[in-house]
Amino acid sequence: PLWIKAAAPSTNNNSSSTTPPDSDPNGRRRIHSMLKLYYGLNEEGKAADQAESLDPCDINGPHFDPEVYLNKLRKECSLGELMDHESCMVKQIRSLDSDMQTLVYENYNKFISATDTIRKMKNDFKKMEDEMDCLSANMASITEFSARISGTLQDQHAQITKLSGVHTLLRKLQFLFELPARLNKCLELQAYAQAVSAHRRARCVLQQYSHMPSFRGIQDDCHVIMEQLAQQLRQKFRDGGSSAKDLSECVELLLQLDEPAEELCDKFLSHAQSRLEADLQGLEAELKDSAITDTGGGSVQKTSELASKNIPEMANGKLHVFVDTLAARYFSLVERRIQEEKGVSDNSLLVRALDRFHRRLQAISKLLPGSAVPSHGTEIVVQAARERIKQYLSALQTFYHDSLTDVRQALAAPRGASSKDATPSLPELLASLSNFILNQLKSVLASVHLFTAKDITFSNKPYFKGEFCSQGVREGLVVSFIKFICQSSRQYCESAGDRGGSTPPALLLLLSRLCLDYETSTISYILTLTDEQFLVQHHTPVTPVTALCAEAREAAQKLLNHYVKVQGLIISQMLRKSVETRDWVNTIEPRNVRAVMKRVVEDTTSIDVQVGLLYEEGVRKAHSSDSSKRTFSVYSSSRQQIRYAPSYTPSAPMDTNLLSNIHKLFSERIDIFSPVEFNKVSVLTGIIKISLKTFLECVRLRTFGRYGLQQIQVDCHYLQMYLWRFVSDENLVHFLLDEIVCSAAHRCLDPSPMEQSVIEVICERG
Amino acid sequence: MEDDAPVIYGLEFQARALTAQTAETDAIRFLVGTQSLKFDNQIHIIDFDDENNVINKSVLLHDAGEIWHISGSPADKAVLTTCYSKTSESRVLTCAAVWRMPPEWESGNHESPDDSSNNPQTLELLCHLDNTAHGSVACVLWEPMGDGKRVISLAENHVLLWDLQESSTKATISSSATLEGKGQLKFTAGKWSPHHNNTQLATANDTAIRGWDLRSMSQIYCIENAHGQLVRDLDFNPNKQYYLASCGDDCKVKFWDVRHINEPVKCLEEHSHWVWSVRYNHSHDQLLLTGSSDSRVILSNMVSISSEPFGHLVDDDELSDNEESQQEDKGKEPLQDSIIATYEEHEDSVYAVEWSAADPWLFASLSYDGRLVINRVPRALKYRILL
Repeated sequence: PLWIKAAAPSTNNNSSSTTPPDSDPNGRRRIHSMLKLYYGLNEEGKAADQAESLDPCDINGPHFDPEVYLNKLRKECSLGELMDHESCMVKQIRSLDSDMQTLVYENYNKFISATDTIRKMKNDFKKMEDEMDCLSANMASITEFSARISGTLQDQHAQITKLSGVHTLLRKLQFLFELPARLNKCLELQAYAQAVSAHRRARCVLQQYSHMPSFRGIQDDCHVIMEQLAQQLRQKFRDGGSSAKDLSECVELLLQLDEPAEELCDKFLSHAQSRLEADLQGLEAELKDSAITDTGGGSVQKTSELASKNIPEMANGKLHVFVDTLAARYFSLVERRIQEEKGVSDNSLLVRALDRFHRRLQAISKLLPGSAVPSHGTEIVVQAARERIKQYLSALQTFYHDSLTDVRQALAAPRGASSKDATPSLPELLASLSNFILNQLKSVLASVHLFTAKDITFSNKPYFKGEFCSQGVREGLVVSFIKFICQSSRQYCESAGDRGGSTPPALLLLLSRLCLDYETSTISYILTLTDEQFLVQHHTPVTPVTALCAEAREAAQKLLNHYVKVQGLIISQMLRKSVETRDWVNTIEPRNVRAVMKRVVEDTTSIDVQVGLLYEEGVRKAHSSDSSKRTFSVYSSSRQQIRYAPSYTPSAPMDTNLLSNIHKLFSERIDIFSPVEFNKVSVLTGIIKISLKTFLECVRLRTFGRYGLQQIQVDCHYLQMYLWRFVSDENLVHFLLDEIVCSAAHRCLDPSPMEQSVIEVICERG
Repeated sequence: MEDDAPVIYGLEFQARALTAQTAETDAIRFLVGTQSLKFDNQIHIIDFDDENNVINKSVLLHDAGEIWHISGSPADKAVLTTCYSKTSESRVLTCAAVWRMPPEWESGNHESPDDSSNNPQTLELLCHLDNTAHGSVACVLWEPMGDGKRVISLAENHVLLWDLQESSTKATISSSATLEGKGQLKFTAGKWSPHHNNTQLATANDTAIRGWDLRSMSQIYCIENAHGQLVRDLDFNPNKQYYLASCGDDCKVKFWDVRHINEPVKCLEEHSHWVWSVRYNHSHDQLLLTGSSDSRVILSNMVSISSEPFGHLVDDDELSDNEESQQEDKGKEPLQDSIIATYEEHEDSVYAVEWSAADPWLFASLSYDGRLVINRVPRALKYRILL
């Protein structure tokens, strides 16, 4: 073929003059692209390449000039290089030649097969041409036949059309002639609607042909009958005894009979009113028996619905007034009813009732777009929801109080019973209390959540989407409840302080832990839960979690402080009585630790256990338990001896205070009733501080004999032996006990202290 | 301000008893009684020189025993009473006596400030308030602003009203009352009301505060559980006749209207340990001083229950010619009840605080370790009250 001839020399030409510098793995690709280039098939991105290859020395470029290239090579290269270049070029030329040959063979084969195909196609087409000719001949004959048939049928068709026209006319005429009879029958059967519709259909025709006597007759008959019918309808309407639906049907028919609309409207409304009046009274009566909210609630809606269908535009105003006055009464009833709904037992019932109520009102709003009734109704629903939240809050509060009473009883009960095993452990009580509260809160949230359920019509009102969730549920219910917990906890502190401490200390401890737990986790959990459940979008500022947590923490702190105070005072009271009631001047030589001290240690131990159940250990200042006892003995024997010493030397009374003053200078001021931290050690430290300070103050008010002082020494040593382990800084106990012994020594008429070894023997003995 | 710095005076002995010299209206003078079982006890007369900010002291010997309470006569500045404990036959009894300071103490000591060489002079005993029948005396109260002839002593559960005759050298019981009840009742503190023609007395025992009519010697009111713990001290508002302040072991200071005893009018809880002493300022009753065993002295400003609450001072008829000042008053912020200052100069329990009888802006406090601290009301507040 021709184009192969054209291609061959060009490639030949190409191969003879151009030699690709490399022809390895990318060789084919290159060749293809060069062929494309040659045939002008080069596409988009090639432009840049073309621009580059303007250089006449570029062997692959279109502007290649062999002369220039040769000259350049000759000028630039040495003989060896030239030789190399030549051999390389020869190699490339050879490979290009072989490539080309393969291409040519490939193409040649393809062309051969193409020629075969075309020949085959030529034969097929010839056969098809014959068939087509045959088909067109057939079609022509069919057309001819069909034309002939329609020509013959034309006459009969016209006749049939005419006949069917006559038939319909006759049917109509028959209808007209039968009309009076039919109307009469309808009247008999009280099928007023049918009668009116039949008459309406015939009315225009009769009017049109009334000049013909036969038609006139019919028309007159019809008139008479219809008159009668209207009379009956009016009668029925006036009676008003029938159902609302019947009534409205009457009105509809009368309207179609061109009765005066105004008059009808008034009458209808008055009828409706009397009926609704009765309904409302019924409701009112039911109200006293506390029936379910929305029975009969729909009647107003139904009536007005029907009414609005019938009454034309001009009566709209009247209808509005009518509906409004009635609705107002109805609403007041509903409101009263809702207010009576005090119990929080079943919220779903209320929500469903409200939903039905609201749904009906929605219907009104569709019928009477301008009416204020639906919005008022929504307000009632909103009000009810608010009321509900309040009730839930108070229910929660009572629940909280009740569960606290339970806890209190649980705490008090085992104390009466002697068995110690029966004591419900504090952590258990705490866990159950906090679970109770949380569950109750969750169930309340679930109940309240009904208000915003998807299938409740009013849930998509803006109030229920926004304010109800944020202000109502979150603030009004959850936040208020948490605040209430904190507040009531604080009240425990205040009331108990003044009025003789009726709250058991364990309860204080428990509540404090509860508040602390609230601070650390529960509050944020509850609020997150609420926010998630109600998808609260905070348009208005809400109480942040941190503020609530701070409040809870404050309450916890206050409770714990109060606990420390109460427990401290109980121990103080024992110590104080023991100091105040004894005659310290005339006491006998100490042989034992006084029982009250043992009691103090016992009580402190039990407090330690109690607190340990709910609070973590806490940090102590580093000390080794081994050394502590020894330190004290050294401490008391060496330092106290020094401090008593001045008492024997009357020369320098000033020195008496000097050492203790120096000591005070370097030790920190001890705040007795200071806030404690939330751990066991701190709590115990607080209690012990209070107790020992009381001891000190009481000792200072007494005068001691020799043995009195010694008894105090023994007691203090005993306390030291057992109390250091409870406190964060044992130096504090050292200091206070030292101060006590010191004060006793000052207040002693004959200060001769007991030997340290004797003290130790007495203390260890018991 | 330089002169706001406290002035500190140290006694060699422990001390609990402090009083202002009531009859002295020129010099700022406090009396301190010491407590020592081993040495002779003393009464220190502390004279404070306001201009030079220095203290002059003189010492009088009180060898009867350690002093628990001291009180100066309102009429004669040389006369005072003490309650002191006496040990006899290994029995400790607190007695009370009326004393006269020797006339020379003043001149003698002022001439030689270095008094260590001086032999302290001894108090002159005027009479004993004989209490052998009634037990230990808790305190002795002079008739407020009286002629120095009537005192009350509270001994155990007895209220004894004494007449001092023949220049206080003879004391006779004119009337008495006894508190009856369960257990061992014991008065801890008392105060003679300066109102109602000095016919009323308030006492504290345990947690209760009782009012007495001195004419009939009968109880007129009783605030049960006035404090959660022991009541330690009382004071009458000098300007409001029904108001009194009390303090106690529950760390609280409470203000009472004795006509409505169910609830305190106000309650302060600022101390961190027992409050031992409470004192109204004699002239400006919004200023209240409290001392506690937490070693602190607190000066509070109780405007809301004072006799001169803010803005009430201008009468209606004064309004017309005083309109300008009235407007100025409005410009000022009304004062709130607040703590003015907490004084931390003490390192031991403070058992007594007392306002000066001469300078209403000055007060002293005494801690157990024998440290007497004289402080002033901050100037800013002083001017605010005055102007």
